[in-house]
Amino acid sequence: MYNAKAVTIGIIIFVILFTSPFWASLLGKSYKETGISLPKNEKECVETTDFMRNKHMQLLNEWRDEALRNENRVYVASNGKKWAISLQNTCLKCHTDYKEFCDKCHVANSVDPYCWTCHLIPQGSTK
Amino acid sequence: MLHSLLLVLLIGAIAWGGATIGLASLFGVVLPYVAVVVFVAGVVWRMVYWAKSPVPFRIPTTGGQEASLDFIKQAKYDCPNTTWGVIQRMLLEVFCFRSLFRNTLGEVRVDDPVNKGPRTIYYSSKWLWFFALMFHYCFLLVFLRHFRFFMEPVPSCINFLESLDGIMQIGSPRFFWTGGLLLVALLFLLARRLFNQRLRYISLINDYFPLFLLLAIVGTGICLRYFDKTEIAQVKVFIMGLTHFSPVGTAGINALFFTHLTLVCVLLIYFPFSKLMHMPGVFFSPTRNLPNNSRAVRHVNPWNPPKQYFTYAEYEDTYRDAMADAGLPLEKQPEKAAE
Repeated sequence: MYNAKAVTIGIIIFVILFTSPFWASLLGKSYKETGISLPKNEKECVETTDFMRNKHMQLLNEWRDEALRNENRVYVASNGKKWAISLQNTCLKCHTDYKEFCDKCHVANSVDPYCWTCHLIPQGSTK
Repeated sequence: MLHSLLLVLLIGAIAWGGATIGLASLFGVVLPYVAVVVFVAGVVWRMVYWAKSPVPFRIPTTGGQEASLDFIKQAKYDCPNTTWGVIQRMLLEVFCFRSLFRNTLGEVRVDDPVNKGPRTIYYSSKWLWFFALMFHYCFLLVFLRHFRFFMEPVPSCINFLESLDGIMQIGSPRFFWTGGLLLVALLFLLARRLFNQRLRYISLINDYFPLFLLLAIVGTGICLRYFDKTEIAQVKVFIMGLTHFSPVGTAGINALFFTHLTLVCVLLIYFPFSKLMHMPGVFFSPTRNLPNNSRAVRHVNPWNPPKQYFTYAEYEDTYRDAMADAGLPLEKQPEKAAE
């Protein structure tokens, strides 16, 4: 092998860079569950659990547009139930614990929603 | 072209179908490990293979004037003759794609006013450079952004990249510019091969296949984020299981995610055996990484056989008498040499 020193350094850099997902992950903590705590006194959300898990951000975006741009404060869910479009009065009525609910997934997955540039972050956790 | 498109679609269909009928762990657990091993081992193997090829001589390129007499201006960045100059050239090449920047386009203008007839004109063509640069930097940012799925806790530099990438706060989840621009750049690189006739003539399946593969990866990625969504917390649990070598169940994750993952794995497996090896290859390019100092330093081919020398003194010693008989001029006359 020619230029063995330079090539070896190159190979080491390459291997370190491209195995970084593994060792970067092993350096930190493991992540086995979200550790989210659901509201205790309510069983039903606006839509199904799957829908809320996957698409709540799109729903919130739609709600913002409906309430503020179209002045429509009523959302009809897929099961026909009507909900008042309001983050403070509908969502946060049950999901009172910001740290144990919203933050659990958002922080772990580096999601930085801009809800709270206008809305108040719920402070109290009513146990 | 069609073949590579069909091939990518087939791979995607197999992965999607497989994940739907319950083979998700095959595509989500077995394949990624295989792919990473093939990728790392394959690239190292190719690098060692290249390093075994000798490059005894400097390869001067016509990129610019080489170092010559004092009053001739040297093209310092394109034709350096020192190691530091080569480092500058490599930095420009790797980070700014200088070779592409210098791209020119030759064209025959049929009715040229200067020549009053046909004339060949050359002008600077920066399109390839621009979109290639855009593609590579967007790809880098997208790659780095994915580290939020590999690391717990997510480091703040990744957060910063994301806030920068989604700075326009369009929609929710917010639109990441790099994803969109990546798609635009790829489509340009593909269109270039399709609509430039000369380029189309020399394009082969190994040019189209990586383009379509990357398009499919970007497409499924964008779909997963904005349209056919899956819950990323679950995905992170799954990915962290993979990187901690204790895979978890695949239940509840969208089949499209496994299609995305499979396409990335195919890219990793394909990588060491394809033209994508220009990533390590740029560092091995003799026209880029050797200082052009042929005029200042003597480069000797290391495997030349030892020379058989026969100096003039030895020649005269051997043939002195015959030369004296023939009356040829000699350095030493026979009677002097005998002393």
